[in-house]
Amino acid sequence: MKKGLLYPDAGGLYCPAGDFWIDPLKPVPRAIITHAHADHARSGNAEVFAATPGIPVLDHRVGGADALSACDYGQPFELGQARVTLFPAGHILGSATVRIETGDGIWGVSGDFKRAPDPTCAPFEPFACDTWLTECTFGLPVYRWQDTTEVIDEIIDWWQGCRDQQRPAVLFCYALGKAQRVLAELHGRAEGPVWLHGAMQPLTDCYRAQGLDLIETRPVSAAEKGYRFAGDLIMAPPSAAGSPWMRRFPKHGSGFVSGWMRIRGNRRRRGYDRGFVLSDHADWPALIQTAQDMGARRVITIHGNGEALSGFLREQGIDSEAWNLRQTLRQA
Amino acid sequence: MKRFAALYDRLDRTTATNAKLAALVDYFRQAPAADAAWAVRFLTGRRFKRLVNTRELREWTVAASGLPPWLVEDSYEHVGDLAETMHLLLPDAQQDQPTPTLHALIKQQIQPLRQLDDEARQQRVTELWSSLSGSERFLLNKILTGGFRVGVSKRLVTRALAEVAGVDSSLIAHRLMGRWQATPDFFQRLIAPASDDDLDQATPYPFFLASPLEDEPETLGEAGEWQAEWKWDGIRAQLIRRGGQTFIWSRGEELMEGRFPEIEAAAETLPDGSVLDGEIMAWRDGQPLPFAVLQKRIGRKKPGPKTLQTAPVAFLAYDCLEQDAEDLRDQPLRERMTALDQVLHKACGLHRSECIAFDDWQALPELKAQSRERGVEGIMLKHLASPYQVGRKRGDWWKWKVEPYTFDGVLIYAQPGHGRRSGLFTDYTFAVHDGNELVPVAKAYSGLTQAEIDRLDRWIRNHTRERFGPVRSVEPVHVFELAFEGIQASPRHKSGIAMRFPRIHRWREDLTVADADRLDDLKKLLPDTQR
Repeated sequence: MKKGLLYPDAGGLYCPAGDFWIDPLKPVPRAIITHAHADHARSGNAEVFAATPGIPVLDHRVGGADALSACDYGQPFELGQARVTLFPAGHILGSATVRIETGDGIWGVSGDFKRAPDPTCAPFEPFACDTWLTECTFGLPVYRWQDTTEVIDEIIDWWQGCRDQQRPAVLFCYALGKAQRVLAELHGRAEGPVWLHGAMQPLTDCYRAQGLDLIETRPVSAAEKGYRFAGDLIMAPPSAAGSPWMRRFPKHGSGFVSGWMRIRGNRRRRGYDRGFVLSDHADWPALIQTAQDMGARRVITIHGNGEALSGFLREQGIDSEAWNLRQTLRQA
Repeated sequence: MKRFAALYDRLDRTTATNAKLAALVDYFRQAPAADAAWAVRFLTGRRFKRLVNTRELREWTVAASGLPPWLVEDSYEHVGDLAETMHLLLPDAQQDQPTPTLHALIKQQIQPLRQLDDEARQQRVTELWSSLSGSERFLLNKILTGGFRVGVSKRLVTRALAEVAGVDSSLIAHRLMGRWQATPDFFQRLIAPASDDDLDQATPYPFFLASPLEDEPETLGEAGEWQAEWKWDGIRAQLIRRGGQTFIWSRGEELMEGRFPEIEAAAETLPDGSVLDGEIMAWRDGQPLPFAVLQKRIGRKKPGPKTLQTAPVAFLAYDCLEQDAEDLRDQPLRERMTALDQVLHKACGLHRSECIAFDDWQALPELKAQSRERGVEGIMLKHLASPYQVGRKRGDWWKWKVEPYTFDGVLIYAQPGHGRRSGLFTDYTFAVHDGNELVPVAKAYSGLTQAEIDRLDRWIRNHTRERFGPVRSVEPVHVFELAFEGIQASPRHKSGIAMRFPRIHRWREDLTVADADRLDDLKKLLPDTQR
């Protein structure tokens, strides 16, 4: 592995010049956390830097408000010998990409990102760098996203179909980010209230507190006993599927909002009626476009199976390789 | 094609059987007969003889998508379904193209592919890809690749057609048997009211299938009302002699013309208007030969004299569905047995699958225990008053199979599954000890719960040692109990043995690799002649 500004070690992705880790896999003295999803944000770090709009959600998810330092997008700050700037990643509210500059050059690191518009967060902002560490969750050309508007139309049509049959429509999606994005997209396009699973409530409150317009919501727990939710939309995390909690929604139709729903087998094996292909990650064309937009001579994939993307980029004449951070952690 | 794609979307967007049934009924009521006939054909699982091969399809996908070939392969491995992979990789179709009807698409575009040269075929298919969008293109690819599993059973299609026609679904099942062409005329006859003369003389009756007996036979009631037979381990078949012609149908509704000349010759001695249900067995001197012998005949369309000599077969009849051109299926089994004797009495070279004499239920377990020795799979129990029903109906016919063999094997390779299981490691290879080595002895795909599959999938991803294309070798850690039906010597396998129908019984997390079985112990199960 070439010597660079960052390398994988037992704590995750380490920057020796600034003595910090990005999205560390275990507690470290100093961390930059790109966003609050559980596979990126863990508790127990002594010092944490994160984008300002992401602080409330991060505090809710991992706690430790005292350790959190809020960093405004586009405002450089010094950590050791490194000059660090956070840029909007367009993934979820307060998500960031990290620009690291030292005398040895400039590296860009993505946590997760997307290029599609999202009313709940600032759009991805490219910046020039020598080396770009890119997520690669959907790193195959079969993953291409349709327009968000079309997907929201499909969700509304499906909800209307359930309403016509007087059935509850249960929509599963991740509780942080995707749920609020769907609620924001529905705002002004459909009539609330939308019922929320308990796990989604506080996160949705976090978003509202930051002034985002979401469709009216109510916690499922506030419904009267015996209420049957006929024709109503209910949103819940995927972990609720198949749980006793679902008995509250007799004869419900089910849908799942996720980029993984692009593949038919993924939907059918989980037994959802409908799969809505809406992702907070970059699709294949966006991964390639972004690698170009960053102007990087070298591209390293970090999350997901990056072999295909790095192989493809190499064929395009870009120096590229795939890192497997989890594997490194296990071997350490 | 639009209407058929809309039907597919309705079927695909629900997991409720009633909703699927309603979608099918609506479609069959509204669609023109020319289209509906093709829909019946595809939905009941009949495929075209390959029009284009999958290698060509991959190459054309490479050309049309502009992606490197290896990336198309990686994508296929990830998606697990070629038709879907192609659909997802191809550029979006041009909008607002007029869509042909299903019938026109097949007649004018798809069937003529067979006559075109390579270049013209590629051009035709590429044009179709750029003119069809969404589900239409996915379905086109399904038709081209042959497989058409879309979450609808043949039984459900039969029920929907019965509702449209206003006739019993067993009549629809009968009309759907055997050979037919997907013509408008066929579809009209399919949904016509009941009549006597609408069936071709080659048309077989739908098979009646036994259900596995899970309890002891005592639970079935009075032993005297039941008939017991050996459960043969051969090919279930229906032998038809009508109009001076012989037709042999497999349970998969394949016409086995010319494959079993000795049975066809014997059938010529049957009285005209006879239909027998029975089993094709590898057979010599009144004794069954191992299934592996029969396998030599299965793929052989025109067996030569040597094959006929080394792998002789016989038809063992156990039911009579038609005598003197009269349908006997509604008669009780007892009566049909008499008819069977009468029909066979006039013929020569066909065998009667003899009934097992038993006085009470207590006598059966001991008889069942002789199954392996006799080369049979167990015992069939049939109610003497039972009519010959359609499909798998519980209650009158039971199969009471011998316990399978089992062994403990170590998981050493895994590869992703297809269809519903695409993207998950669900195809496993298991090994046993041979000296200091682990040698692969069986591949198995079924037997784990979804939760176990998910857990094993995660483990496999994190404990991969090497990759060989889609196959991964994993650390030998996990031990599984596998069941199988029989074992044969096989020079083609490194282990020297081949198992019949291996499947996973359970995940033995209480065992370590050292506890797994040894090859020598498995070889002890080989028939004496092969040891």
